[in-house]
Amino acid sequence: MTLSIDDVKQVADLAYIKISEDEAEAALIQLSDIFKLIETMQAVDTSGVTPMSHAQDVVQRLREDRVSDSDQRALYQSIAPQVEEGLYLVPKVIE
Amino acid sequence: MQWEIVIGLEIHAQLSTQSKIFSGASTAYGAMPNTQASIVDLALPGVLPVLNRGAVERAVKFGLAIGATINSPSIFARKNYFYPDLPKGYQISQYERPIVEGGNILIQTEEAEKNIRLTRAHLEEDAGKSLHEDFHGMSGIDLNRAGTPLLEIVSEPDMRSSAEAVAYAKSLHSLVRWIGICDGNMQEGSFRCDANVSVRPRGSDTYGTRCEIKNLNSFRFLEKAIEFEAERQIDILEDGGSVRQETRLYDANKGETRTMRSKEDANDYRYFPDPDLLPVEISPDWIDQLREALPELPQARRERYVTEFGLSAYDASVLTGSRELSDYFEATVQRLPAQAKLCANWIMGEISARLNKADMDVASCPVAPETLAALLSRVEDGTVSGKAAKTVFDSLWQGEMDQQVDAIIEAKGLKQISDDSAIEQQVDDVLAANAHLVADFRSGKEKAFNALVGQVMKATQGKANPAQVNAILRKKLSGQ
Repeated sequence: MTLSIDDVKQVADLAYIKISEDEAEAALIQLSDIFKLIETMQAVDTSGVTPMSHAQDVVQRLREDRVSDSDQRALYQSIAPQVEEGLYLVPKVIE
Repeated sequence: MQWEIVIGLEIHAQLSTQSKIFSGASTAYGAMPNTQASIVDLALPGVLPVLNRGAVERAVKFGLAIGATINSPSIFARKNYFYPDLPKGYQISQYERPIVEGGNILIQTEEAEKNIRLTRAHLEEDAGKSLHEDFHGMSGIDLNRAGTPLLEIVSEPDMRSSAEAVAYAKSLHSLVRWIGICDGNMQEGSFRCDANVSVRPRGSDTYGTRCEIKNLNSFRFLEKAIEFEAERQIDILEDGGSVRQETRLYDANKGETRTMRSKEDANDYRYFPDPDLLPVEISPDWIDQLREALPELPQARRERYVTEFGLSAYDASVLTGSRELSDYFEATVQRLPAQAKLCANWIMGEISARLNKADMDVASCPVAPETLAALLSRVEDGTVSGKAAKTVFDSLWQGEMDQQVDAIIEAKGLKQISDDSAIEQQVDDVLAANAHLVADFRSGKEKAFNALVGQVMKATQGKANPAQVNAILRKKLSGQ
């Protein structure tokens, strides 16, 4: 797959990243290299290989069902931009 | 044209763990906002989820109860979407290899029994709550609910009417409480339904375009919403239009569904395995342990009630509607094994009606199963009539006389007259005083016989054993 400079600008736009012309050119080269790497990997014959869901061959450790976290609201909310009546305030969103 | 409704349900059951699925915060309902939101629930940078064993156990129990496959390893995935009540920007859910796959639930409608297939049941975390009341034009976020463990239970599109959908939802609701994995409290949102509804010409084997109805938090709303939605789709099709695939919200006040979002602006959730969580392995030993810990299931009990007690399939299904009701029946019938039908009738009739009226559940019934059994044994041995037993039951319900059945019968003079000579005396009196009824009966009017029985019952204040009154009256009338 070939990436164009317009693709880079669009992705930057969607991700809310302000990007200059030079930076877009540089990103185009880096991203294209990544695509090449992916193409190389995709050329490998993996038929008959069970996909792994995780890079390491280990299993999940489980926690006992016990309440171990106490109320730390005051501490956590001390870094929140805006709180009221114990709630975090955010710009209004209604679906 | 004849239309067929096709329904599949997605049900979110909140698992009854003490702590959240990936953090040690409490799941107790009704706490002050954000007092049960830990750093994991708030998605502060650098935190990692650790899976709650209790949530996995409950999901496995559910899978075993419906005869499903338990997937091991089972994996967690990220479901990406942006909303302020989901601070990570993704919900941890399951996509490939959900913990439970397949399985069946048998439902009982008034017409018939039907098997409903399940597609899957997967573990996921709940989101927080957004409050859109006026906070100076902002929304308030409470993350207490974020990270609460949910089991999303997805059915195949096997239901064909709102009645079947309700029967399925009720069966599931009863089952999750029965096996103790969810408290089933619908007001608090512990058991929530979404319905996928489509219609097609009867006899067709392809599905129509479906709409998903969200937010059905009562069985009645589920029924109403499906009926409204099917009617809406049929109207569109009959007018030559086509149904648009979309998500709709049920408005309980107006009794209608309305568009929430159409398929075009549906989210692409970009599911991928969550690198923060390793595959979960569920060993055969662990599964065996959980299987052994399961109580006798409602389906097994239903079958036993039919074969062991000779109850009808309908009675058996009502009695196994909840574990508490079923346990109450078991405790009663255990003392009166030959009178299962009598026990069933009283529990489904008098007891259920009283509990309903008082808005109580059977666990807090003021009349204990052994007390009910004591009363019913007095009906069985002819000490009291069925009618008098209801009067005794009244006293028992009120807690009179220490709930001593025999003492109440004695004190209220409710003992049935079963002495032949005493009844004969009454019958003779009634026959002498009602010569016209006797004449009517002799001329072939069977109604006159019932009137005579009524007179005898009246004369004994309803205490004469009706079967004996009948027999003696017949004998006397045919002998004279």
